[in-house]
Amino acid sequence: MDARTLLNNLFPAGHTVAFEDTYFHGTGTCRGATVAVLGTSEEVEIGVELALAMARDVLEVIKTAPKRPILLLVATSGQRLSRRDEMLGINAYLAHLAKTIDLAKRKGHPVVSLVWSRAVSGGFLSTSMLADLCFALPEAEIGVMNLPAMSRITKIPLERLESLSATSPVFAPGVANYLRMGAIEAIWQGDLEAHLDASLRMLSTRERRRVLGDSRGGRQLARSVAERVRSHARG
Amino acid sequence: MNHSYYEASARERMAAFLDPGSFQEFLPPTDRVSSPHLRQLDQPGAFDDGILVGSGRLSGHAILAAAQEGVFMGGAVGEVHGAKLVGLLERALITRPEAVILLLETGGVRLHEANAGLVAVSEIMHAVLAVRTAGIPVIVLDGGQFGCFGGMGIVAALCDAVVMSEEGRLGLSGPEVIEASRGVEEFDSRDRALVWRTVGGKHRYMLGEATRLVEDSIPAFREAAIALLGTRPVFGLEDLEAEHARLRERLERFGDCRESIEIWTRLGIEDPQSLPLLETQAFLAQVGGKRA
Repeated sequence: MDARTLLNNLFPAGHTVAFEDTYFHGTGTCRGATVAVLGTSEEVEIGVELALAMARDVLEVIKTAPKRPILLLVATSGQRLSRRDEMLGINAYLAHLAKTIDLAKRKGHPVVSLVWSRAVSGGFLSTSMLADLCFALPEAEIGVMNLPAMSRITKIPLERLESLSATSPVFAPGVANYLRMGAIEAIWQGDLEAHLDASLRMLSTRERRRVLGDSRGGRQLARSVAERVRSHARG
Repeated sequence: MNHSYYEASARERMAAFLDPGSFQEFLPPTDRVSSPHLRQLDQPGAFDDGILVGSGRLSGHAILAAAQEGVFMGGAVGEVHGAKLVGLLERALITRPEAVILLLETGGVRLHEANAGLVAVSEIMHAVLAVRTAGIPVIVLDGGQFGCFGGMGIVAALCDAVVMSEEGRLGLSGPEVIEASRGVEEFDSRDRALVWRTVGGKHRYMLGEATRLVEDSIPAFREAAIALLGTRPVFGLEDLEAEHARLRERLERFGDCRESIEIWTRLGIEDPQSLPLLETQAFLAQVGGKRA
């Protein structure tokens, strides 16, 4: 699915989303509600300029449309890998974007993200993962690194990683694995407008991903370890 | 005596950083909480999964602190490692310490458990933001051998203050990662001088990303952290707009630079080539008032 088809499916009642190269933003109408939309296409690498542009538009929504829901539709192959972006402090630009999304949530904007194409590493962390709830299309790709590259770096034979990934959701890329991790709330199939409408009325908590990761068998220690540290008796 | 931060282990750093004898560790190695995923891959584990978390005192003030052990898998974040840090940050919401201090040394997500590590880093980001929202400052120390990279580089930039030594490095994609995927022409990770000019403590201090630059000694990091204890988190709309303006200005002023030395020149440093060679105190005297 391309970005324009996606937007038409999400907002059959219409939208005003405009494209600037691989970045798009605007508003859509979902069952009578106006939703702010920010997204990227073509699996763009997120560099300092794009991070700043997205942050600008999140701040703009906060200033001009109090409590308006925000939908993030970020397709990214990760952060831009460049010495120049590192020199300029790309980590600070992505952190700034993350802070603006966090501020939107604190100011009462419901923030929902849909991984519709691809989400990788830093580009995923600083956008979609900041949402109250993160959903995915079944055909999307989510991960840190493909198994051949992982095999080269960890020096673990590829066959070993492939056979283990048949049962373990912990290292291989894939939407199903991130669903089991609790990072993806649910996979959207069928009527996208209906899914979006329902998601805007769902509540979340900071612990939700851990609880889901535990109950879905993807992360069986994250919840209990965090809880043991949090409630360790004072000495 | 100069007790090098760079050379010390995470446990040595924590012991010398806090008031003597004040550290109380949560889930210490005797609890043997290690990574099941490394075991599954027949990789050596650690009974603290490469991070120690606990409470202590800093100049008498109650704080919570964590220290990553770079010697164990480059300080990389796995499921247990990340959950210990998340639990510590969320504990701050209950016990309300004067500050949470993070002695970060990490390459980012642990590839052996990449998905769990990535989600853990996300949960650390959420937890840092929650702690700051609660009015408790989160302060990062960065001066270890592996620097602070990957998603944890984003985490550092979410915090209230970053204390670095010249030896510290801070970024997102490490030089080796960029070289491996874009070629040595893009970033020669073995050119140490280039690496330090690009992501090292002095350059981060010039850009304003490092709040303070200190000598490579644990007491120097301790003094800087004590001085920052009064920091109060502010990140409302006006604060983020001010940050936005700063980052936009940085891009406008320096976006076309190929090398940090060009940035330092534009900042008005008279002999920018000399900056990497200066001792910390001489460096601070040389650049006073000229930071971005």
